[in-house]
Amino acid sequence: MKRIALLGMPNTGKSTLFNRMTGGAARVGNWPGITVELLSGKILLGSDMVEIIDLPGIYDLHGFSDDEQVVRHFLRDNVPDLTLVILNTTQIERQMSLLLQLKQLDMNIVVVLNMADEAKKFGISVDVETMSELLEMPVFLLSAKYGSGYPEAMQAVVKALRYPTPGMAEELRSQLEKDEQIEAEMSHVLKNTVQIPVQLSDRLTERLDSIMLHPWLGLPIFFAVMYLVFQGVFFLGQPLQGLVGDLLGWFREAALDPLLGGLPQAAQGLLLDGIYNGVTTVAAFVPIIVLFFLFMAIVEDSGYLSRAAFLMDALMSRLGLDGRGFVMLLMGFGCNVPALMGTRVMRSRAMRLLTMLVIPLSLCSARLQVFIFFTAALFSAQAAPVVLFSLYLFSFATAILTALIFKGRFKNNEPFVLELPPYRFPTLRQMVLRGWLEVRHFLRRATKFIVAGVVLVWLLTNLPPSAAPASADTWAGMIGSALHPFFAPLGINEQLTIALIFGFIAKEIVIGALAVIYGLGGDALGGAIGQQLDWVQAYSFMLFTLLYTPCLATIATLQSESKQTSFTALSLAWSLGLAWLVSFVFYQGARALGY
Amino acid sequence: MPPLLNPGGIMSSITLTTLHPGDIATIVAIHAEEALHLRLLALGFRNGKQIEMIRKASFSGPLQVRIGTTDILLRRIEATKITVKKL
Repeated sequence: MKRIALLGMPNTGKSTLFNRMTGGAARVGNWPGITVELLSGKILLGSDMVEIIDLPGIYDLHGFSDDEQVVRHFLRDNVPDLTLVILNTTQIERQMSLLLQLKQLDMNIVVVLNMADEAKKFGISVDVETMSELLEMPVFLLSAKYGSGYPEAMQAVVKALRYPTPGMAEELRSQLEKDEQIEAEMSHVLKNTVQIPVQLSDRLTERLDSIMLHPWLGLPIFFAVMYLVFQGVFFLGQPLQGLVGDLLGWFREAALDPLLGGLPQAAQGLLLDGIYNGVTTVAAFVPIIVLFFLFMAIVEDSGYLSRAAFLMDALMSRLGLDGRGFVMLLMGFGCNVPALMGTRVMRSRAMRLLTMLVIPLSLCSARLQVFIFFTAALFSAQAAPVVLFSLYLFSFATAILTALIFKGRFKNNEPFVLELPPYRFPTLRQMVLRGWLEVRHFLRRATKFIVAGVVLVWLLTNLPPSAAPASADTWAGMIGSALHPFFAPLGINEQLTIALIFGFIAKEIVIGALAVIYGLGGDALGGAIGQQLDWVQAYSFMLFTLLYTPCLATIATLQSESKQTSFTALSLAWSLGLAWLVSFVFYQGARALGY
Repeated sequence: MPPLLNPGGIMSSITLTTLHPGDIATIVAIHAEEALHLRLLALGFRNGKQIEMIRKASFSGPLQVRIGTTDILLRRIEATKITVKKL
């Protein structure tokens, strides 16, 4: 099968063109010579199936950033039959250098000048025919977003694919001496073909920025925008999550329970409470991920994410992170899973890993449910909000501490020099496609892992068959008593230790697990726990719950996004160690003070 | 960083960081290590090019500058490596 590689600088609409070409039928895959996965899609072009590969956006073929190396290694080990080079027409005077670098590799190239719609608005005109002659390559003006010029460009692609690729120079030549030559050629081509008005005619971006990036108003506006996005995602998402849960619960009662009723008790439990509950756990994340990426597509594609980086960088650079990491950290307070997936906007791997190490410490909505239950059971109505607030403070403080401790280890070597794109309207198509692709990615990567984890915990809390579920006689109970020496110094008893084992799956089920363990539900459970524990023990338990591994889905996502088991293990070990240490210091300190 | 003296000229060269919003200058020199240098080149930073300071973020945050049709964000630490001459 022939291969077409899409190549261009960041912010050229490369992904939009990729989505238009593949219609969203894309998958991520591994390629020889590179360690990151690339998005690719197979489509029928002309009469043949071809594979289209979306390469990361790069500024310079000879640069040293992670993405630039990926592209070089990809081209070296997987020479494409055709390279479709995408340039942003509104910035053509500096983007052409990349094209000319590629031209020197003697590859089969078709050039598309994207964002024809914006260029027209700016008053930029391009003489495509002359440019094509000067470059000795086919050149097409199009708008990937709206589709104008697209059919003509595709015809040229089909035609260009008929010719064999000329092959590539044995080794990528040292570019530095050639820079001058490239510059001279560039100015020659541009002078004869492109007219750019002295003053750009689009002042809307400038007017918006004078408010959005205002020295005093910028930050309040940023927090207001983040608040709205957060509310949008999680207040729309939670009812949807409830609905998905109800539907799956109804399906279980109406279809699965009667169908499996004839099976022995243990097999029923394994199938329903193990496997089916695992599927339910996975499904619960779907609405949140779709909504999160719908909203993130707006924030990102509109150009606001780069503005957020501008506003928050002063603080975040001291933590070894950047402004975009802050956005993801905030989103983690809703749900860690999509926030971890969202770190893909960061192109420096070291910084991305550091951000991924910090995000699981964000107090997500599932943990909040546990805390609300415990504060209601153990604290007065006046004290409860203060207790909750203090947990948020602990969450922020541990996130900052983690960043400070690990910023030396995950040292970001890429300079913080970013382009600030003009404000753009994202299309609905772009948003929906993004949400759909991300959900599919999550389902493919995390489902098996999560279902296996849920089954494992079910086995632990139900075996041996003679023991009452979740009691001290089960394997989980035995693990609980074996771990007791570790948890006793934190004031956490054996029942709560078993609940923590459940909490490993998802924090949403901690209260349900306690109900099974104590054999009580609702207010009665709260009363029993309130009688058994004092506030110091309860707060220590909450601190541990806040900091230790958020849930199986988070671990699965850490692994699928970092593709590095040692990193996932580090994140797990760090959060467990930190949870133990913080709870220990709190519990022993409070007891020493006489509480 | 103190302003660099320009031995031959009347005007002294200054670093990009010292420009105020609205100031327009010409790039005189880029003293950056290779990775940063290449990134700056790719974004349009070249000796002799005109550069406009658009705004500076609060709390010693990054700068927004404009070269040609491109707006660029960069940190002050990186901007001190770029010498400019105010127009």
